[in-house]
Parts: sequence; C-alpha cells; structure tokens
Amino acid sequence: MGTTTTDRITKEILLKAPRSRVWRALTDSKEFGTWFQSVFTEPFRPGARLQGRITYPGYEHLKFDLVIEKMEPERLFSFRWHPNAVDPSLDYSKEPTTLVEFTLEEIEGGTLLKLVESGFDAIPLARRADALKANEGGWAEQMVAIEAYLRRNP
Amino acid sequence: MTPDRDPARLESSAPIFAALGDATRLKLVARLCQSGPQSIARLTRGTPLTRQGITKHLRVLADAGLVRGRRLGRESRWELEPQQLIVAHRYLDLISKRWDAALRRLQELVEEGSA
Repeated sequence: MGTTTTDRITKEILLKAPRSRVWRALTDSKEFGTWFQSVFTEPFRPGARLQGRITYPGYEHLKFDLVIEKMEPERLFSFRWHPNAVDPSLDYSKEPTTLVEFTLEEIEGGTLLKLVESGFDAIPLARRADALKANEGGWAEQMVAIEAYLRRNP
Repeated sequence: MTPDRDPARLESSAPIFAALGDATRLKLVARLCQSGPQSIARLTRGTPLTRQGITKHLRVLADAGLVRGRRLGRESRWELEPQQLIVAHRYLDLISKRWDAALRRLQELVEEGSA
C-alpha cells in the first residue's frame, strides 16, 4: 500500500470512517498518541514545537520533538521531525528533518488518507545506517537489495 | 521555515539522485552491476564518449558514494559501492513498515464504532 524512493514514503489507506473522525484522530494530540504509541504534553496547533514520549513498552524513556506545520481542517495536517531520533545520547537538533503530510479526501465508503514522509535523502547516511543496525542484526540481503533496486531503475 | 529554498541544503539533500539523474551514469551503474568491476577502457567501449568523459561521470558517481575506483597495476578498475544505496533503501523500508503498523492502529481506532 505505497511506493518508495530513497527520499520519500507514500502511503494510502481507505478508512471506513467520516472525515471528521479521521481528522480528530490525527490532530487531537491525545488521539494521535493512542495509535502513534506516544504521549504529548500539549495540544497540536500550527507552529507548535512539542515533545512526545514513546509509550511502547520497553521504549518509554525515549522522547522526540515534533514541529506542527499545517492544520487545514479535515484536509491537511503536516509536521516535521527527526525520523528515528531515538538515541538519547545524540543531539539531532542541527540535523535535517523530514516532513510528514497527511491529506484527507472524502470518498464513497469513508475517507481516503494519504501519507507522505519526505526528505530522507537529507538525513545523514550514518544515521540511516545506525537505525538499520539497531533494527536488523545482519546484512545478508545486501546484494539482493541492490539488484532489485537496479532492476526497478534500469 | 523554507529549507527547500536554500540551495546549499537542496544540493546536499539529494546526492544520490543527482548522481543517478543522468542517462550515462545510470547506464554505467547498470553495467557495473551486471558485469562486475571493469576498466575504463571496457566501460568506454560501445559508448559515444571518450575515456575522459566516462572518467568524469565515474567521478560524480564516486563522490556520491555509488562507485569506487581501485588501481590494479597500470589501470583503474571501477566497481559498485552498493552500501549507500542499500542503506538508503533498507532504511526506508524500515520506516515504511513502521508507518504501516501505525496506520493499521489508526484504522482500528477510527473504524471502531463507525462501521
């Protein structure tokens, strides 16, 4: 349910719920936290810089920053953050952020939600490698991955 | 905040795309992928470019971390440096899977009671 390049992630999902319901789940920081597995100290509003804390068991000590960009009611919600900025010993504040954009569209049967997170090519490669190392033990599939990439991008 | 308008940042933001955004360079990467490490002479064969022209393109790819040249006797052999592409793609896969899981939880939340 989506496409990838090295710079952006795109997702689309049909939610069988009214647009107003989806909007609330995205922009009410408490509701956002329930599915995003985090808690926020403040409500979301455009321009707000806030801190979230992860609620996923075992990761409760991890915090992350979010800067809300746009809130166009029931249409567009966007924020910037440092993706995967979960190493408490590192200062990510000077590093580039990615932009996360949710757009809502009313369609038959519910709401079409599109998600785009972009700007990954600006994230230092070392950071990306660290995230992988933390998440995968081995690198066995390296050659498979590059071949697949080049087949898709001849 | 309009970081995308900052030319210095824009430039640093897409070194891989810049390097691959050229038909000749894409072909060079594909040839190195298919046939393994090769000399400049072999990479030049079958192209309308000179050795110097090919070398220039290889240098752009090398600066982006996509290929590397190694001296072997009197000539250089060029080979793919796949790490960077692999890291970029696998990293995105990781983030992508996390979004899939988060969106599934969002779906459960909003469809609960409104079905």
